Amino acid sequence: MIDKSEIQWDVIIEPKNNMFDVNIRELMNYPDLFLMFIKRDIITIYKQTILGPVWYVLQPIMTVLVFIVVFKNIAGISTDGVPAPLFYLSGIIMWNYFSECFEQTSDTFFMNAEVFGKVYFPRLIMPLTKIVSAIIKFFLQFTLFLIVFYYYYSDSFDLHPNITIFLLPYLLILMAGLGLGAGLIFSSLTTRYRDLKYLIKFGVQLLMYATPVIYPMSLIAKEYRGFIVWNPLGYIIEGFRHAFLGVGELTMGGLLYSTLVTFLILLIGVLLFNKTEQNFVDNI
Amino acid sequence: MIDTVIKIEGLSKLYRLGEIGTGTISHDLNRWWSRVRNKEDPYARIGQLNDRTKQGDTDYVWALKDVNLDVERGEVLGIIGSNGAGKSTLLKLISSITSPTRGSIRARGRIAALLEIGTGMHPEMTARENIYLNGAILGMKKREITCKFDEIIEFAGCAMYVDTPIKRFSSGMRVRIGFAVAAHLEPEIMIVDEVLAVGDLQFQKKCLSKMSTVGREGGTVIFVSHNLIAVNQLCSRCVLMDQGKMIKSGTTAEIVSLYSTMASESGTAIKRYDQPLKDGVAAIRSVSVCNNKDDVTSDLEMSENFNIHVEYELGPDAKGICVGITVIGVESNQSVISLPDPELDFSRLETREVGFYRGTVTIPGGLLNSGTYRIRVGITRTSYIFDVKEDVTFTIQDRVGILQALGYERKSALLSLQLPWQIKRSSTGLLEK
Repeated sequence: MIDKSEIQWDVIIEPKNNMFDVNIRELMNYPDLFLMFIKRDIITIYKQTILGPVWYVLQPIMTVLVFIVVFKNIAGISTDGVPAPLFYLSGIIMWNYFSECFEQTSDTFFMNAEVFGKVYFPRLIMPLTKIVSAIIKFFLQFTLFLIVFYYYYSDSFDLHPNITIFLLPYLLILMAGLGLGAGLIFSSLTTRYRDLKYLIKFGVQLLMYATPVIYPMSLIAKEYRGFIVWNPLGYIIEGFRHAFLGVGELTMGGLLYSTLVTFLILLIGVLLFNKTEQNFVDNI
Repeated sequence: MIDTVIKIEGLSKLYRLGEIGTGTISHDLNRWWSRVRNKEDPYARIGQLNDRTKQGDTDYVWALKDVNLDVERGEVLGIIGSNGAGKSTLLKLISSITSPTRGSIRARGRIAALLEIGTGMHPEMTARENIYLNGAILGMKKREITCKFDEIIEFAGCAMYVDTPIKRFSSGMRVRIGFAVAAHLEPEIMIVDEVLAVGDLQFQKKCLSKMSTVGREGGTVIFVSHNLIAVNQLCSRCVLMDQGKMIKSGTTAEIVSLYSTMASESGTAIKRYDQPLKDGVAAIRSVSVCNNKDDVTSDLEMSENFNIHVEYELGPDAKGICVGITVIGVESNQSVISLPDPELDFSRLETREVGFYRGTVTIPGGLLNSGTYRIRVGITRTSYIFDVKEDVTFTIQDRVGILQALGYERKSALLSLQLPWQIKRSSTGLLEK
C-alpha cells in the first residue's frame, strides 16, 4: 500500500537561502487582508482629530502659501510662466505622493514588529497597502489641484492641458514604484542598521531640493544639469506639469530612464525585503 | 484513518545572542570580505560547532536542534518543557514567523497560529471592524467572517458593544473578542501558545472546551503550555522538550509525570520575574520556598514548618486585588490547599496602595504528606486574572519520622496531619451512650 503521507503537502517550510525565491503568487491569496489594512489606515489616521481628512488638503495649501512667499516673492524663482499657486501645487502633490509612499513603507518592519512576530502573512502586503492608502490621499489633493486649475483656466490664463494627460496613471505608477522600492530597501536595511532611520528624515527633505518641485527644470544652469538629469523623480514631476499646464519637459528618453530606474529600485527593494522578512523577527 | 498532517524533520534554529546592532556591520563586512575571497563564512563555522552546553564560548546558540516530530490528524498534541526549552521557537517555525536554519516542516491543511490573542487589533476601531481585521490577519476570508459574525459576537458575549471602539473595552473583553475570532477559524491545524493565561475563569473553560472540540472534529491542535492541568485535560499525546531538544514523546500521563520528576529533581525553590505590570495593575516579582530556618530550599522536611514567600508589585488602581497561592500535588495533579489573601470577606474590595509587597504563608509541619508539590501563585480580581506563575516546586520528605526508623512506609494519603486520638477503655461492652 502506498503511504498516503508521501503524496501531497500544502505547506513546506524550509530554510530559504535563495534570495530570488519571491512568492508573488502567495500575495494573491490575501485580497481581503489587503483591503482590511487599507480600511484600517483610512479609519484610524484621523480619528479624534477635529478636521479629519481636511488635513490632507490643508497641508498643501499652507505649503503653497509659504512657497509663494519664500521662493516666488523673496527669492524670485521663476515658475515657468505658470501662476505660482498652480505651479507649486502640481509639484507638491506629486512630491507628496512619492514621499508618502517612501516614508510609510520605510519603517514597515519596525511599525509592524509586534504583528509580524505573532502571525504570518506575506509581509509585502503591508507596504503595498500603504501605496494604496497614499493614492487616496493623493486624489484628495489632486481634487484641490483641479479646482485651482479650473479657477485659472476659466480665468483664461495661458494653460495648455494636452493629450499627455492620459499618461497620469503611468506617472503615478512610476512614483509609487520609486517610493515603494526605496521604502523597501530602507525598511530592510534599518532592521540591521538602525541609524539609517535618521537619514530618511532629512534625506527626503534634501531630495526634494534636488527635484524640480519648487523650480522648473528649464531654470537649471548648464553646469548643474549634469547632476539633475540623474534624478528620475524630476522627469515625472515635469511630465505632470507638461500634461496639465503645458510647461516643463516631457521627453521619451526621460520617461524611459525613469521607468528603468523604477524597475531596478523596485527589484532590489523586493529582493532585499524578501531576504529580510525571513529572519527579521530574530534581529529586531 | 490515520495520516500525518505535520512532519518535522531535523529542524534546527540558530540564534545569535547578545546585542544585535552593535558590531553587526563589522560582522557583515567580514562575511562579505571572506565571500569575496571565496572563503567560508567565519561565523557559520562557530555556530555549527556550538553546543548549548558550551554556552559561554560563542555568541551563537541552537534554540532548537534536530527536532523530529510527526503529528497525526485529529490529534491534540501538548508540548511541555521549562522556560527556554525551545517550545516557542518551535511554534514560531511551524507558523512561518521565522524560518529554520536547517531541516524542514511539511504540513497538510490550513495552519492557524494563536501565539497571541487579538493580534493587530486597533484600539480606535470598533469591535466589528476589529473582528474583520483580526480575522483577515489570521487568514479568514471576508465572506467567512460575515457568515460567522453573529456566532463570534455571541461567543465573545459583547453583542451590546459591537460598534464601540475597543479602546473603551476592558482588556478581558478584548481577549474575549480575540479568542472568539480565533475559535471560529476552523483551521485544519491550530497552534495555540499559552493564550489561556489571561481572561476570566468562565471564559478559559469555554476556550478549553472549544479546543477539545477542534480535536474531536478531526482538526489537529498543537498546544504549548505550562498549565499541566489543561494539558492533562486536553492532550492525548505530549512531547517534552529541554534545551532545544525533544526529550521524549508519549502519552500525556507518561510525559507529564516525567516532566514533573525532571522539574522536582532540579527543584526550583526560587523564581524571580522581570516583567512589566500586567494591565498596569499587578505583577508577580518572585516566588520562593524556605525551610523553618528561612533558607531558600526546595527540599523540605515533613515534620517541620516551612514558608512560601510571594513578592509582588501593585500599580495604581489595585482595587479588590486577591493574591492566591495554591499548592498542587505533582503526581496526582490535584490542588491540595488554596490560600487566598485576603480571605473571602469584605476586605477584598479595598484598594491596596502602589508599591512592592511581600506575602508569606507558613505551612505547618506535618500538614502535607511526602511528595513533590508545585506552587501556583495568582493575582486576581473577582473573576479576572492578572498574573499566574507556576514555576516553583518543592519536595517533602519524611526523614525523622518514627515510622521510617521502624522500617515502615507511611500510608499514602493527601495529608499527613497528625490529630490526637482520645482513648477510653471498658471491659464490659460498648461505650456508646
